Amino acid sequence: MKKIGVFICHCGINIAGTVDVKGIAEKLKNYPGVVFIQDYKYMCSDPGQNLIREQIRELGLEAVVVAACSPTLHEATFRRAVESVGMNPYECEIANIREQCSWVHHDKTAATAKAEIIIKSVIEKARLDEDLAPVQVPITRRALVIGGGVAGMQAALNIANSGFEVLLVEKNPSIGGRMAQLSETFPTLDCSQCILTPKMVEVAQHPRIKLLTYSELTDVSGFVGNFRVTIRQKARYVDWQKCTGCGVCMEKCPVKVASEFDSQLANRRAIYTPFPQAVPNKPVLDRPHCTYFKTGKCQICKKLCPFDAIDYDQQDVVLTEEVGAIVVATGYDLYGLEHLPEYGAGNIPDVIDGLTFERILSASGPFSGEVRRPSDGKVPQEVVFIKCVGSRDPENHYPYCSKVCCMYTTKHAMLYKHRVPDGQAYVFYMDVRADGKGYEEFYQRAAEEDKVLYLRGKVAKMYRDNGKIIVCGYDTLSGKNVEIGADLVVLATAIRPAQGAVELAKLLKIQVDQHGFLTEAHPKLRPVESLTAGIFLAGCAQSPRDIPDTVAQAAGAASMVTTLFARECLYHEPITTGVNEELCSGCGICVAVCPYDARQLHREKHVVEVNEVLCEGCGACAAACPSGAAQQRNFKDAQLINMIKAILT
Amino acid sequence: MELSYYPGCTLKTTARNFETTALAVLELFDMQARELPEWYCCGVNFSQVQDNLMLQLAPLRTLMRAKQTGSRQLLTLCAMCYNTLRRAQQFIGEDEARRATINDFMDHEGGDFTGDEVEIIDILTLLKQIGPDKLQARITRPVSLQVAPYYGCLLLRPRTVAIDDPNNPQIMENLLSAVGCQPVAYPFRTDCCASYQIVNEPQIVHSQTKKIVTSAVQHGAELLVVLCPLCHYNLDAVQAEIARAERTFKTVPVLYFTQLLALIFGLPAALNDFGTHRIDPVPTLKAKGLL
Amino acid sequence: MTAMTLLTKSEEINTMKPKIALNKKILQSAGATQVSEISGVNVFACYQCGNCSAACPAVEFMDLPPHQVIRLVQMGLTAELLKTNTPWICLACINCTVKCPRGVDIARVMEGLRSIFLRDKFEHINLNEIERRLREDLPQIALIANFRKNLQ
Repeated sequence: MKKIGVFICHCGINIAGTVDVKGIAEKLKNYPGVVFIQDYKYMCSDPGQNLIREQIRELGLEAVVVAACSPTLHEATFRRAVESVGMNPYECEIANIREQCSWVHHDKTAATAKAEIIIKSVIEKARLDEDLAPVQVPITRRALVIGGGVAGMQAALNIANSGFEVLLVEKNPSIGGRMAQLSETFPTLDCSQCILTPKMVEVAQHPRIKLLTYSELTDVSGFVGNFRVTIRQKARYVDWQKCTGCGVCMEKCPVKVASEFDSQLANRRAIYTPFPQAVPNKPVLDRPHCTYFKTGKCQICKKLCPFDAIDYDQQDVVLTEEVGAIVVATGYDLYGLEHLPEYGAGNIPDVIDGLTFERILSASGPFSGEVRRPSDGKVPQEVVFIKCVGSRDPENHYPYCSKVCCMYTTKHAMLYKHRVPDGQAYVFYMDVRADGKGYEEFYQRAAEEDKVLYLRGKVAKMYRDNGKIIVCGYDTLSGKNVEIGADLVVLATAIRPAQGAVELAKLLKIQVDQHGFLTEAHPKLRPVESLTAGIFLAGCAQSPRDIPDTVAQAAGAASMVTTLFARECLYHEPITTGVNEELCSGCGICVAVCPYDARQLHREKHVVEVNEVLCEGCGACAAACPSGAAQQRNFKDAQLINMIKAILT
Repeated sequence: MELSYYPGCTLKTTARNFETTALAVLELFDMQARELPEWYCCGVNFSQVQDNLMLQLAPLRTLMRAKQTGSRQLLTLCAMCYNTLRRAQQFIGEDEARRATINDFMDHEGGDFTGDEVEIIDILTLLKQIGPDKLQARITRPVSLQVAPYYGCLLLRPRTVAIDDPNNPQIMENLLSAVGCQPVAYPFRTDCCASYQIVNEPQIVHSQTKKIVTSAVQHGAELLVVLCPLCHYNLDAVQAEIARAERTFKTVPVLYFTQLLALIFGLPAALNDFGTHRIDPVPTLKAKGLL
Repeated sequence: MTAMTLLTKSEEINTMKPKIALNKKILQSAGATQVSEISGVNVFACYQCGNCSAACPAVEFMDLPPHQVIRLVQMGLTAELLKTNTPWICLACINCTVKCPRGVDIARVMEGLRSIFLRDKFEHINLNEIERRLREDLPQIALIANFRKNLQ
């Protein structure tokens, strides 16, 4: 008979306070197969573990039952302990007499009786346990980063610099993301593109980064270490191998389209690069706006291209790639003005959002850095900034705080005052959140040095009147209704996940919250991992944040990827369910019930085959199999029956 | 199509023009609005306290009578009646305990109040349901007229009874365009006329009337249209008072929405008693070919 | 035609002292919680953004603007509030409630305050003082609404 050692933990008074552990040790002394049984105060401690090791050595134990807390806490601890003295770790079983007994019952007699039954049943399980070895899973040491903004680029660079290949997929024609649209960044007022473009160039030139812009992910399959992804590279109708980026086509294209990058304040052409510093600096042809594709005429770009790089017959290219880890960094959009009827619903040209104001401030923007208003190009003398537009508004819009608006509105007000020194800036706010390094000092400068007037209250309504926008708000600090005839109004609208992010999450089978932000594995302790192994999160796709937090988080996500790649292989728990081919009749019931698609019917052999790596040991197939051909390792039918018998007698 | 009609007190007295023209307009579209045989004062204000259900009895009584006529829809023209009836129906209907108390108390009047007695509908929604094509087809006197729609409060607030978005309603503008008028955009179309304060604090009404009328006129309004008898008084009678005190004050006539429609649809002018208006609309209407 | 003006810019507002002491007796007293109970509104959802006051058409006639009324209810100072004219100037236009980002029904709170006063003192106006000419000229709804707001 298999020699089994039983160790019962007091867990201080957590177990012993309700369960008579000594009594059980006494009672089960002569239970079949039990050659050693003892109670101890703290089994998980070093002396506790040593006790187990000693008895294995001295008595030649073949299996161990530790009656203690939940296996989620210390199963790994005890299995390591037995392994260190040569016992197969899967011969070590945990009987949970704490969470499932002492912590949920008050009646000591009944609890003790229950604990005894639990221990007996686990002894029965251990009796028929077999030695098992974890399944080794290979790792593809290549990463996929989705999103080419500062988060995606940082993650890609860190992973690539650690020696691994990275695929960086970006849906727009150029990388750079939102940071490329900004004028200056707080609190240093660094030129955004000046600090960003070196990173963009580094990404483009990195030997281990494969950059796929104007591309999207269309399919994902597989699991951690072994993903297979399908990427569609959209046809750009320009052969980027031949194109030198000379720009003649863009100059001469007769079609003007409102530029998305410039917030519709300026025009681009149908064939275009989104901004002069675009990476790659090669144009794409926007087919829906192209005259040639619409009418068959024009072809000016093709005629003028000195390198014959225009190719109207170009097709989308579909690539399939193998990667081991994925970082999702899809960024954010701003809440649309069309949702704000109280502020004009986007129909008042001089009521704009923060990104639009960034383009106005930008030296490479539509007004070359002069502050002018969209309607008539005049320099505004009275500018009203409104914070918390669509944020912190559970009744009508989003309930959460968008985090960055307090700082960027301060920045906007300051930059406006620097350029229009005798203009007046007003900021309507409810609170000021300046929680980063140097942020509070930056905010104070706006009020003290630039004389920005901060009015504490919301704006109920605004309307056009004779070239002005009449803003009706309130200042709770003075207790006065305030009416301002503004020349320009800048709304700090809520930050929300980028369009398409929710669909991408579905494709990747990762979770999103009710607003579409990606869900992390644990809000405090695991902020860069998704709930799916091998898929990591970075940047505003997870929640609103500023640039330093984004870069830090991206580095964190990259580190998780390289940690994964640093292992020799992944280990998969071997408590999988195999197939006894002699008993299997090929009915296929187990294939249908498997939630992980781990089982397949072999057409010729007419038996079922299992992919051990996909099997998660849920036992559904074992329960469903009518012939007993599906037996879960160390959870065989015989073991379960014996456990039930032990419980019922 | 037949539907029940609840007039409320003022529609029979100072707002008679509203009733005569509204019912006549509906007849043109095959809608017969049958006045409820038994109706009571709606109570005018919806009582917003949680703990005194006595104040809800008035509107509920009318609703129970309406249900007894068998009609599913109940038209009410006065915005105050609309607001009170609807909110009372919701307030009692949404809570089992309140329903039980009310039914117990009103048990001798017959009928169990369930909260979905009737669909209370206002005139604008009804006109919207008729549809712009049918409305356009009825135009007999096409007119080029800048009309400022004045919504007031109670058709749009609170959100639970609003007939359109309280921040940017378009229902009246759309109807005006459908009958060939040019709706005037001005910022105070949903600002309160100051309602019952005309009794005790008339300076608030004066302040609001002046603000609303001045803005409408500034934006080119030749006519102001309203949906509520109290709004009509506050904007019409008080406007006349302001004009008497300030000779330079520019006035604009105020009509009920259905008065305008009736004229455009060629219904007899005799449906209206223009003598009840303090700002005489006749010169403007004549100049525009509506009279 | 004129009507008498009642209780505008109350002189009694000066009794509201700038310095107060707070303790749980005041904050959890029946007087403090009565407004919430009658109106069914949780005033603690208010974060004092001032949008209601920005939106109120009658605010310039009030002793205290709407958001400050909510603030004083939060602080248990209902007795002080009953000395102000704000609940009586209120037009019940419900603009405040519609504009509130936290879903606080300010209009109901005003009604709650009026109710507390009227349940105690019964009248806020004297019916006999309404001029006859006014009575005959106005639409009935103006008078009835006025009575519903100002009389128990």
